[in-house]
Amino acid sequence: MPQTVFAPWDDPAEKPLIQFKGVTKRFGDFTAIDNIDLDIYAREFFALLGPSGCGKTTLMRMLAGFETPTEGKILLSGQDIGPVPPNQRAVNMMFQSYALFPHLTIWDNIAFGLRREGRDKAAIEARVEEMLKLTRLAKFAKRKPHQISGGQRQRVALARSLAKAPKLLLLDEPLGALDRKLREETQFELMDIQEKTGTTFVIVTHDQEEAMTVASRVAVMDEGKLMQVSTPDAIYEAPSSVYVADFIGDVNIIEGKAHQTGTKLQIDWAEGQPALSATTTKNFDLGQTCYMAIRPEKIAISADRPSGANVLQGEILDIAYLGNISTYHVKLPTGHVIKAQQANTRRISRREFTWEDKVWISWTDTAAVVLAQ
Amino acid sequence: MRRLSGFNVVSLTLGFTFLYLPMVILVIYSFNESKLVTVWAGFSTKWYGELMRNEAFLDAALVTLKVAVMTSTLATILGTCAAYVLVRIHRFPGRTLFAGMTYAPLVMPDVILGLSLLLLFIGIGLDRGVLTIVLAHTTFAMCYVSVVVTSRLVAFDESLEEAALDLGATQWETFRLITLPIIAPAVISGWLLSFTLSLDDLVIASFTAGPSSTTLPMKIFSAVRLGVSPEINALSTIMIALVTVGVITASLMSKSAAIRKAKDEKAAARA
Repeated sequence: MPQTVFAPWDDPAEKPLIQFKGVTKRFGDFTAIDNIDLDIYAREFFALLGPSGCGKTTLMRMLAGFETPTEGKILLSGQDIGPVPPNQRAVNMMFQSYALFPHLTIWDNIAFGLRREGRDKAAIEARVEEMLKLTRLAKFAKRKPHQISGGQRQRVALARSLAKAPKLLLLDEPLGALDRKLREETQFELMDIQEKTGTTFVIVTHDQEEAMTVASRVAVMDEGKLMQVSTPDAIYEAPSSVYVADFIGDVNIIEGKAHQTGTKLQIDWAEGQPALSATTTKNFDLGQTCYMAIRPEKIAISADRPSGANVLQGEILDIAYLGNISTYHVKLPTGHVIKAQQANTRRISRREFTWEDKVWISWTDTAAVVLAQ
Repeated sequence: MRRLSGFNVVSLTLGFTFLYLPMVILVIYSFNESKLVTVWAGFSTKWYGELMRNEAFLDAALVTLKVAVMTSTLATILGTCAAYVLVRIHRFPGRTLFAGMTYAPLVMPDVILGLSLLLLFIGIGLDRGVLTIVLAHTTFAMCYVSVVVTSRLVAFDESLEEAALDLGATQWETFRLITLPIIAPAVISGWLLSFTLSLDDLVIASFTAGPSSTTLPMKIFSAVRLGVSPEINALSTIMIALVTVGVITASLMSKSAAIRKAKDEKAAARA
């Protein structure tokens, strides 16, 4: 059975759930959001990723209604939500601090939003029980927030924000306060819950691994601008700029002058060295400055000279041993330091290379991405 | 932990003697048999009995309590409102001026406050009585409430209010269901503080009281001018006892709540 790929953003007939249209937000002289256009579709798990102060939280708070755009419009299901106050939006938010009401029990925390809608008692009870079950919190219902652990609090916050079945759920650094192991477990739980409830999730995070794991699409932001909006694999494998390539994962950037023939590109990058070759669909002028971005895991390292498109010799400067993989820092005669990664398929005592060894590094002509900026 | 050295013991003794010796003497002499305040003639509780039969004192006590309850309630409402606006609304024209002005009566001499209020009441033709004392006391008591509540509100996680709004609560519901229960300890201690402030004010009450609204401090003050009687010692002892019980209860309550919370948090972290 062929699986249908979830990609509403490629379907021109699909109507986005949320549309940012030329949205700018200024605080005094400071521009937090700079003329952003962005579409988010129903059932998406959308991640806003960027360093702190890049405007991702402001963007989310505008969706929640706590900030209003200085310019531009935000549409939810085609309607301008600018004048709608936060308590009348079909949008709920899970706060970074969880913001659980300390004087209410877990049960009452989850029921808070439902009671505000004035639903009848039986309906509220049924919905709260359902949420408790979904987040595996049933036995903590009568406790207060300070009587449960951090991971449980996180689940209460999630249950509370999902209880009203919002069209859109906003998650502000939802896993920031959890330790690594719990965070990884919770990421999968979040994806699971997102799929079960069919809610559109927008998550704000500065953790690129988290964004890559959970999201259907990722928006990389910097200084109030969207640098790239795409699927995690496209962001990683085909970054649109050096900034994105560098922000997501580890990368080697080699600057040079372009020399293009069709899709083949030769890059003169250092004097007396053979040009590096790559393929690209973009067009570069002759002699234009370009940047070759190559991920460490796509660089092979060997003792003997291999054959291939790009082969360079260097000396091992440093080895970062991470258990499953090792990253070798190879210093070239030109002074460039290239990071190459290798899986540790053999135990460390049987490692082939050590410090100051002369090694060859190589990569194919399709392994790298060439960027103009 | 550092142990008590000789120096520390001496400092402690000196400090506490200075603070409490006068009160201890007063309490002891309230149980004096003799009518002469400075001569000890054996233990007796007769002055307490005398006090209960003294209608002038009882009337004054009733007025004082009435004034104190009304003042503290009014001051708590106004002070909490002022604190809420000053903490929550970060920018509005004249905010700094407002903030400064809320605290000004704290440092204003009572005499000036009393006099200006008296002039106001005469100016608007308000007959002096319980109402004018309440208004006058509220004026300075609400500053204290606002200080106490402000400190609690500053430590309050604003995202709790945002979360309530986000879940569909109106501004008023957010305040009533989330903010108020959480700042309640500060509001209650503000109430208690204004209650005691109103209870022992003499100066402002003297300016703003009418003929039928003599408060207890005013009564004591005028009685003492005719000579200190053991009856007044007895009255003062009762007041000290009341205040002591109140303060100890309040501190025990907040302490046991804090201990319970710490214990729960430890248990939750282990689970």
